[in-house]
Amino acid sequence: MSGLWHGKILMLMVVLTVSRHSLAFQARNANPSNQPGTNASTGNGTENTITTLPIVTWKWHHTEGPYLVALWVLVSWICKLEIETHQTRQHSSSLQLSNFVFQLNPALTNVFPESGLLICIGWVLGGIIYGADKVQTFRLQPFTFFYYLLPPIVLDAGYSMPNKQFMGNLGAILVHAVIGTVWNAASLGLGLWGCWLGGAMGHLNTGLLQLLLFGSLIAAVDPVAVIAVFEEVHVNEVLYIIVFGESLLNDGVTVVLFNVFDAFVSLGGPAINAVEIIKGIISFFVVAFGGSLVGIAFGILISLLTRLTKKTPTIEPGFIFVFGYLSYLTAEFLSLSAILSCTFCGVFCQKYVNTNMSEKSVNTVRTTMKVFANGSETVIFVFLGISAIDPSIWVWNTGFILLTLLFIFVFRFMGVFVLTWILNQYRLVPLGLIEQLVMGYGGLRGAVAYGLVFLLDENKYKEKNLMISTTLLVVYFTVMLQGITMKPLVNWLKVKRATTDEAMLAEKIMNRTFDHMLVAIEDISGQIGHNYLWDKWHNFEEKWLFRILMNPTARKSRDYIFNIFHQLNLKDAMSYVQEGERRGSLAFVRNDSKADVDFNKQFDTDFTDMPDIMGPDHIPVPFVLRDSVPSVSLNMHEQDQKMRESEDFNAHHLLQQHLYKGRKQRHTYSRKQPVVNRDEDEVQEIFQRTMRSRLESFKSAKMGVAQPKKITKHSKKDQTEKMSNGKPADDSKIHSYGDEDFEFSEGDSAGDAAGGSFPMAAYKGGAGIVNPAYMAEMDSNEPMPPMPQIPPWLAEAGEDSSNVAPSQRAQLRLPWTPTNLRRLAPLRLSTHSNDSFLLADSPATQEGTEPQPPLPLQDGRGRGTHM
Amino acid sequence: MGSRASTLLREEEIEEIKKETGFSHSQITRLYSRFTSLDKGENGTLSREDFQRIPELAINPLGDRIINAFFPEGEDQVNFRGFMRTLAHFRPIEDNEKNKDPTASEPLNSRTNKLLFAFRLYDLDRDDKISRDELLQVLRMMVGLNMFVSQVLRMMVGLNMFVSQVLRMMVGVNISDEQLGSIADRTIQEADQNGDNSISFNEFIKVLEKVDVEQKMSIRFLH
Repeated sequence: MSGLWHGKILMLMVVLTVSRHSLAFQARNANPSNQPGTNASTGNGTENTITTLPIVTWKWHHTEGPYLVALWVLVSWICKLEIETHQTRQHSSSLQLSNFVFQLNPALTNVFPESGLLICIGWVLGGIIYGADKVQTFRLQPFTFFYYLLPPIVLDAGYSMPNKQFMGNLGAILVHAVIGTVWNAASLGLGLWGCWLGGAMGHLNTGLLQLLLFGSLIAAVDPVAVIAVFEEVHVNEVLYIIVFGESLLNDGVTVVLFNVFDAFVSLGGPAINAVEIIKGIISFFVVAFGGSLVGIAFGILISLLTRLTKKTPTIEPGFIFVFGYLSYLTAEFLSLSAILSCTFCGVFCQKYVNTNMSEKSVNTVRTTMKVFANGSETVIFVFLGISAIDPSIWVWNTGFILLTLLFIFVFRFMGVFVLTWILNQYRLVPLGLIEQLVMGYGGLRGAVAYGLVFLLDENKYKEKNLMISTTLLVVYFTVMLQGITMKPLVNWLKVKRATTDEAMLAEKIMNRTFDHMLVAIEDISGQIGHNYLWDKWHNFEEKWLFRILMNPTARKSRDYIFNIFHQLNLKDAMSYVQEGERRGSLAFVRNDSKADVDFNKQFDTDFTDMPDIMGPDHIPVPFVLRDSVPSVSLNMHEQDQKMRESEDFNAHHLLQQHLYKGRKQRHTYSRKQPVVNRDEDEVQEIFQRTMRSRLESFKSAKMGVAQPKKITKHSKKDQTEKMSNGKPADDSKIHSYGDEDFEFSEGDSAGDAAGGSFPMAAYKGGAGIVNPAYMAEMDSNEPMPPMPQIPPWLAEAGEDSSNVAPSQRAQLRLPWTPTNLRRLAPLRLSTHSNDSFLLADSPATQEGTEPQPPLPLQDGRGRGTHM
Repeated sequence: MGSRASTLLREEEIEEIKKETGFSHSQITRLYSRFTSLDKGENGTLSREDFQRIPELAINPLGDRIINAFFPEGEDQVNFRGFMRTLAHFRPIEDNEKNKDPTASEPLNSRTNKLLFAFRLYDLDRDDKISRDELLQVLRMMVGLNMFVSQVLRMMVGLNMFVSQVLRMMVGVNISDEQLGSIADRTIQEADQNGDNSISFNEFIKVLEKVDVEQKMSIRFLH
């Protein structure tokens, strides 16, 4: 560890020495900007005077600009590396595995947030530079900041935004971002003005408008700082998304405010009348919405373009970055809000782009985006530190600085409390006092304020330096002090943390149960759910956006089953490789014995427990499984603890993938992976299962004990029919199949005891078990007639079946449509049941050639409903 | 319809329901009109069929279980009081209810009662334990359509399919019964403290200790 340390320190020193040289050059150049063009001319000048051909020449001036940039990035990253390796948690990239987790040195970084540490390192570096040059050569230039450093961060934030969560809380976010920011700006400006008039800060050459301008530039919560601090704290999702979303959007707001007030100052106090103010307000909205629209337009462009890039996977990822950057620049030159534009571009395009691009490109984009964003973030913080070591900018005015700090703190809390109180009147889950405290406390100011304050024109703003130093102090105060105390505060207040991937299976299952329950209760009580609009949007998306913005193959592979199949295989392969590496080789994969010992055993027990069902087929089973399954299904029970983990992971993963989602999915979101919507498939499945189970309980209620026999017959009959269409069937085997059919009892609806340790008790009808024979039959049939919302059993049971009382939601939108079914049918056929294989080829011919004779009522009920 | 409903509902009845469930007056009248619109038999009670007519419930994997939860044991009808009592479980907990005097009986929407409601969804035989089978049943309802290995085998035998081909697909794509079984086992293991291989209500509460039940089992009833 210490060796590592020394190595890095050494490296740092070397880099610094190099940049020292460069500093000297740059100082002599008297051209502090990093523009390579201007330096190149001096280089050319020296080159012209040569008398003989030089073998090597010293062309420092040619390379100085880019070289310095590269060196600074390198320095910042080394600092970051230094911090990160001590970090207990590696969160910068989702792709990195837990290697870093174990190199911990919690003493320092557990207390300090990373951003604070970077600022400290910036101070040290700034001190060294200043000590060497006696003048601060480097500082964060607003141009560099706004055009090079900020866009990657904003784009990344938008692109990896948890959409669902963001949209779900959009109201709260907007209220806080717009009204909250305006309130912060106005209150601070007015407060300072009042104190200035009262003489609390001595003699200052300023005025109301200038103070309002100062208020507006420092009003915005900074996304960079907030992400840096909140990601380490792991507060719950809702809190996180509100603070984060607010910080992202209010940057746009604050830039707009800044521009408006800047214009006001230029106009001068007397020239401002009601018209100008109204214009200001209009411009505010135009800039904000215009920026968002530009972003969305670019999002659409990206999506459309990535439809076509199938053949050129190497430039695919590039498009995302170029378009993201272009959206920023376009909005900028239209004088619209660039930050909002870039954010919305990312938010909008992520879903379509991710499905359009190949997996490789998606990963590339994700990683690269993180690299850029992290890089900018690091550079920004380091430079925030470096910039401070410059006596020329420091002007101290106790009254002004302390009052600013106080006002920022107090007004932020007031704003949060009042706005949240209003919002809570409309929220299902009100934000508690504790959450409000954290929201208020999370009002970290950062680099945007700093960048803006440097943009001020010294001629107009006599107190520019005071504003700069105040801004810097505010940034340090919030990032360092509040950042450091955030974690203890969150602990102390017992803020609800992010449920880190529902640690227990039981929790996961129950959470899903809750979702279903809520939806059902909402339906029963007949009201439009909370996420009604979200549902609507989904429909629209499903219908139009996917069609337009996604390429056809991607649309298909987006499908639930393919997706799961793919994901499962990937994960399995990964865990195989991991396991193999842990053991030193992959040989075990080939060596069957270890991998599926337990697998076989489990199946054996399963099958021995049901001899009556399995009959003579018992023996070949393990064989078959051993041959074909291990490559796909990972179920190795290893005593090895690590294997245990991976099994755990598997179980969680399986559940994650397979549990039906509640219509709202309110509580599931992943920051890293967009949630895939698979509602329609599920809806069909669940519907059929429910119908089947109801049918069973209905039948058994009517016909009593003889029920199982009937069903047996029914399924057997189907089976034979299928046979005749498809392959000729072995008669004897069909019979053996028919006889051993399971028993349906009304375990579910009648509240019967489940009872019994018999494994196949599962086949009680009520539990929604699927008989493959039914399944195939239903799926292979033509889509339902256009009035499927009349539950089929009603057609027989109820007299007034047409008089269904659907809830509001149903009246507005029926949960399924025949077209969906038609589109889905072939897919399900090919994956779910094997008789569908036979049918999948020629479903049309089957329908056509075999007019089904009207069946006796009992047998035909299941079928008739779906024809 | 709303006016008709409110005329049918007597004032004192509303008061009683209000006291029992904590719903507001307007919520009660609104839900009463919903109740009457569901009540096709127009006899003041709902039967299972009445619930089953709600189309969305058919696409809810737990729909039937939830319908059952409305019916007291052994009964086929539920009146408006019972209907409201069940819905009351899902009322959000309000601040002023938290510090109500402790002598009063626990409100229907307390954390414990919410959990009990969820517990009953699983506990079919009402022995105050969730057995492995009961859990498995619910799991089966909630996971994607699956093909159990034994069924696959049987079908293969019937159809002369290529065994390995089918199996690779089935088991690979879908969660298998055996996997579900092991999931159920693990879940019980996690929760089971006294080693009886089932989850008692206390164990149930314990497992869900960290889950924000108050929030996850609440909906906003319209006024």
